[in-house]
Amino acid sequence: MVPLLSLAGVSKRYGTVAANTAIDLNVMPNSIHAILGENGAGKSTLMKLIYGVEVPDEGTMEWQGRSVRPGSPAEARSLGVGMVFQHFSLFETLTVAENISLIVPGKKAALAARIRDLGREFGLEVDPGAMVHSLSVGERQRVEILRCLMLEPKLLILDEPTSVLAPQSVERLFETLRRLRDRGVSILFISHKLEEIRALCDRATILRASRVTGEVDPRAHSAADLAALMIGRAMPAPLPAEARTPGERLLEVSGLDWTNDDPFGVSLSGITMEVRAGEIVGIAGISGNGQQELAALISGERRLPDLSRDVIRMGGRPFGHLGAAARRKTGFAFVPEERLGRGAVPEMSLADNTLLTAHSRGLIRRGLIDRRAEAARTERTIRDFDVRTSGPQAEAGALSGGNLQKFIMGREILLDPDLLFVAQPTWGVDIGAATAIRHRLVAMRNAGKAILVISEELEELFEICDRLHVLHHGHLSPSLPLPQTTAGEVGEWMIGAKEAVDAL
Amino acid sequence: MSAAEFILSGMLAAATPFLLAALGELVVERSGVLNLGLEGIMAFAAAIAFIVVYQGGGHMLAFGVAAIAGAALAMVFGVLVLTFRANQVAAGLAIGILGLGLSSLVGKPYESLTITGLPKLALPGLSSLPVVGGLFVQDAAVWLSLIATAAIWYMFRATKLGLTIRAVGENPHAAHAIGTPVIALRAAAIAFGGAMSGVAGAYASTVYTPLWADGMIAGRGWIALALVVFGTWMTGRVFFGACLFGALSLAELTAQAAGVGLPSQLLASLPYLVTILILGIISSDRRRMRLNAVASLGEPFET
Repeated sequence: MVPLLSLAGVSKRYGTVAANTAIDLNVMPNSIHAILGENGAGKSTLMKLIYGVEVPDEGTMEWQGRSVRPGSPAEARSLGVGMVFQHFSLFETLTVAENISLIVPGKKAALAARIRDLGREFGLEVDPGAMVHSLSVGERQRVEILRCLMLEPKLLILDEPTSVLAPQSVERLFETLRRLRDRGVSILFISHKLEEIRALCDRATILRASRVTGEVDPRAHSAADLAALMIGRAMPAPLPAEARTPGERLLEVSGLDWTNDDPFGVSLSGITMEVRAGEIVGIAGISGNGQQELAALISGERRLPDLSRDVIRMGGRPFGHLGAAARRKTGFAFVPEERLGRGAVPEMSLADNTLLTAHSRGLIRRGLIDRRAEAARTERTIRDFDVRTSGPQAEAGALSGGNLQKFIMGREILLDPDLLFVAQPTWGVDIGAATAIRHRLVAMRNAGKAILVISEELEELFEICDRLHVLHHGHLSPSLPLPQTTAGEVGEWMIGAKEAVDAL
Repeated sequence: MSAAEFILSGMLAAATPFLLAALGELVVERSGVLNLGLEGIMAFAAAIAFIVVYQGGGHMLAFGVAAIAGAALAMVFGVLVLTFRANQVAAGLAIGILGLGLSSLVGKPYESLTITGLPKLALPGLSSLPVVGGLFVQDAAVWLSLIATAAIWYMFRATKLGLTIRAVGENPHAAHAIGTPVIALRAAAIAFGGAMSGVAGAYASTVYTPLWADGMIAGRGWIALALVVFGTWMTGRVFFGACLFGALSLAELTAQAAGVGLPSQLLASLPYLVTILILGIISSDRRRMRLNAVASLGEPFET
């Protein structure tokens, strides 16, 4: 059988960095084909080459046996390639139908009718007249998929589509994708989640460090086999949590209400939780449900008025009215989600970035910076957390995302805080480093520190947390103990189903 | 003629220079580019248009040449900000200063000379109504500017082009990802904005006050810029703001002529104050502002 899409010896370099090296790939008709690899393995670059966003330096591409070289997304679309981006390419101030009409020809009324029909057929229901900014992340993804389907593609590329979905929505998406395959649309499914690939795909091409390291039938291999191909060695085991009784309450939030003045933002209501010494508490939920707002309020980036200072207490004292620096002085440390600009200053050296939060740890003498102490502390961070960089004088902005994350995590952990608050601790970090970071967090917990973690990766929370809460539409679920709670139950809280049932 | 009749009949003509420039800038800003050089572009095109009419070329040719001159000067700005990704604020101010300088230079030999404006055309029937009749006696350029307003309103409301411009202004990266030629579209918007500013300048120097004096644009470009922002990037509000400003500037003249006991400097500043106040109230709704504001305004685009 002639492959739908066939790549032979495709390479792409950015400056001195090889993003793809001699890639061979064959996607058959009526197939769901996985591209599996870690962050930075070259998956996204490969998709950009297929979708015409970038042009390969070397190699050939064939479409249904004909040699092609798409030079723009429009050319790729006219061949029959559709792409659903990880960061959606939707316009918030336009309606669903308007967004779709930007690349799909047709009158508005006819488009709206087709959106409804296709939505029913493939389980992608969405209101064509709704403004995109009012839609949930899952609904936005449906709009992206619908927009591709309306161009009647033969190949649909999905870039990490499940990273924004609750477990129940993932099952629904898979149902849609299987239906599409049965109607003759092949799917390229990019992911780093092994179990999903084993459940959905009939073929998998595995990338590691820009090269293909295997092409297998994922249903015939265990997750451990796939992981070995993906990271080049066996999956590291998690550090076991020691049994211990939680100690004193280091963070208490009681009935936090906060109204957002940004009409596109989320308001928080009735947030109540606590974190005790010697436990890790997780906050799960799909991003955009109030995580950023809650992080800003707990870190002190946003203060509460003096009257409601008691709503947030740390170590038993009212904290709500204090700024970030005052909170840090009492043994609190924070790793924000946004690395560049919040977690680190991109234009400054790693040493100066260390100074930003560690200045009270002997780096200042008689009001002057002690450069030697600053460099020593930075070097220690780099060594202990395996940060790949030229040294303490490297600019923070020049580090890769994963390396910078390791550096920021290391900087805050070395402050030895009593209460550590981390948003997305391993986002964009490779598996080896992510495991190392999780080990550090569990070791801190075992040493009696209190840790609060916000993460979109449910697997991660299940691995390290003692219990977790779920944030949905600015409401926080009650505390759910682990491991007694199942992923399915957490998923119900993530999509608000549980809340609705409990309210009846 | 009563004061009300005087204001109603002159309001649209007084508003036209602001309106044309603001409509052009509206399209530019909706695509995500901030061109602060309006004042200079208007002044330069005004001088060129005056020369064409004075030399016997007629108003049609003058408006055409002014549009081309405005677009050409705007494209210098366009190359700076789109090709070289220069800071839009700095580049816009520089082009504005350049335009004012060129205007003085080419206009120098024509200082204080006069020409004839355009005849007024009356809409039959409506123009004989009492009090409001004057509203329907306007020159051809005013009628055309009203048609342009309606066309731009319709473009943003109902056409694919309008939708594409809004999409590029909101999120140029997403627009690029779905295959929209972001840079080409922005270049076209900048050229259109320059042409509209050129025509606005031509109207001011060859129709509204058909006499050349250096500095005659007198801040109209800046008012047009303010109208776009205070009008929250909506065509209807920009039109309303321009008419309001036109009416107030005539009201001020009427008040001075009637000998109101206020210093003339205070009276002269009233149109600005009242316009800012009214448009400020209109745009104080944060929700609407957030929905209409152009998210990528002033940011250079790199793929």
